[in-house]
Amino acid sequence: MTLKNKLLASTVGAIALMAGMATAEPLRIGVEGAYPPFSQKEADGSLSGFDIDIALALCAELERECELVEQEWDGMIPALIANKYDAIVASMSITEDRLRLVDFSEKYYQTPSRFVAAEGATFELTPEGTAGLKIGVLRGTTLQCHVEKAFPDADLRLYNTQEDVFADLVAGRLDMQLNNTLQAIDGFLNTPQGEGFAFLGDNVDDPECLGEGTGIAVRKGDELAAELSTAIAAIRADGTYAAINDAYFDVDIYGE
Amino acid sequence: MEPEQSFYDYLKNISETQSPIDFVLIYDNLDRFVDGALVTLQLTFLALLVGGIIAVPLAIARAYRKPFLSPAIRVYTYVFCGTPLLVQVYLFYFGLGQFTAVQESFLWDPILSSPWWCVMIAFTLNTAAYTTEFLRGAIETTPHGEVEAAKACGMSPYARMRLVVLPSAFRRALPAYSNEVIFTLHGSVIASTVTLQDLLGVGRWLNGRYYLAYEGFLTAMVFYMAIVFMITFAFRLAEKRFLGHLRPRETPQPGAARVAA
Repeated sequence: MTLKNKLLASTVGAIALMAGMATAEPLRIGVEGAYPPFSQKEADGSLSGFDIDIALALCAELERECELVEQEWDGMIPALIANKYDAIVASMSITEDRLRLVDFSEKYYQTPSRFVAAEGATFELTPEGTAGLKIGVLRGTTLQCHVEKAFPDADLRLYNTQEDVFADLVAGRLDMQLNNTLQAIDGFLNTPQGEGFAFLGDNVDDPECLGEGTGIAVRKGDELAAELSTAIAAIRADGTYAAINDAYFDVDIYGE
Repeated sequence: MEPEQSFYDYLKNISETQSPIDFVLIYDNLDRFVDGALVTLQLTFLALLVGGIIAVPLAIARAYRKPFLSPAIRVYTYVFCGTPLLVQVYLFYFGLGQFTAVQESFLWDPILSSPWWCVMIAFTLNTAAYTTEFLRGAIETTPHGEVEAAKACGMSPYARMRLVVLPSAFRRALPAYSNEVIFTLHGSVIASTVTLQDLLGVGRWLNGRYYLAYEGFLTAMVFYMAIVFMITFAFRLAEKRFLGHLRPRETPQPGAARVAA
């Protein structure tokens, strides 16, 4: 359970990178902080995770000073548009809906999403089979879009953070939840909390809602998108990406 | 449906060309906001009703300083008035939900597992605490003469309470109670933090679904303002009716008119 401010983006701290820094304004990056192992808060309040490391690596590649700005998930895009930060590195999928409001870099990873329910659950993932079932997802995600479209009769519960979703799944308030498979494994199933729970059904196949990979969002027309795409390609090529990837996952999560 | 069609086109035109706010989206989702408003009203007024009923005996016990009972009630009201409503709701919802003993008890299903019940219990206890304290104040300030007159008429303590003390205290508490009603309405937004689709919940849903910052909150705000307006209006009528004897007279007294003439 997190008791944190709702809409106020709190500046987490400037992180100086490398000697001989470029003199430009620091690049402000919006991150989430409640989505382990992609983005999480350590006991001392510092941020860590795959998204955070990628963000810092990209800053180093661009030779820009960076500042991480924490923002709760459902205000992520509005805060970007309101100029609270310049880019979002928060496991955000590139979807049609979002492309109407923001631009994206090329993807920096791509992993599927899948339902999680109590071990041995036999829910049928059809509109009839899920009617009345309590399904929890993070508010304002591609998964909300998918559940509303594919399972209109389910009792959809929307949460502020993914940690709250897991808490209610464990408490028995939810029949199942849907999110990114890697996050579900490392943030829940492989933790003591996730004992007795397992994946249900196949990976979700819904490109219209779920998009094609996870990118870095920037404001419409910002040339930062192209710079970030080049930087992603560069850290892929020089082994930085692989090093970060291997620190968190057994497989390369970049996808095809 | 010709006029509605043209109104819709008008909204569409404004939203696309002039306004930063997407009115069409709001219009298309108005039914969701109405549902949300009903949830908000249901939570607010059910909590007020039950909380109000609980508050009356508690306030009497406090006002007459019943031994043991009064200090115990004071502890309860102090805790619930002294801590934020959000914390109280989180304690009932996330706090109790973590204990296996609670999950296995008879209270879990259907009471404590449901966000609606958790919110309802927290709201009711909260408003009961506030209402107890100002109702106690109103009972304590009952003019001594009214009680003496009732005694002189031979009323039993129960009849005195029912016919004299309470009606008079309720009247004096009325203005303070209108604030309590509005605060409870404002506090009801907390329901949206534990997945209930109340007015703010619908606003957040709309913002989350379409990645917006204003549309959902602004629409919810207009709905809240309309509700507050109706509450204020109802209390003004009630005060006119029940506190009429305290208002300055509107018509000049017959005697005064004669003097002027």
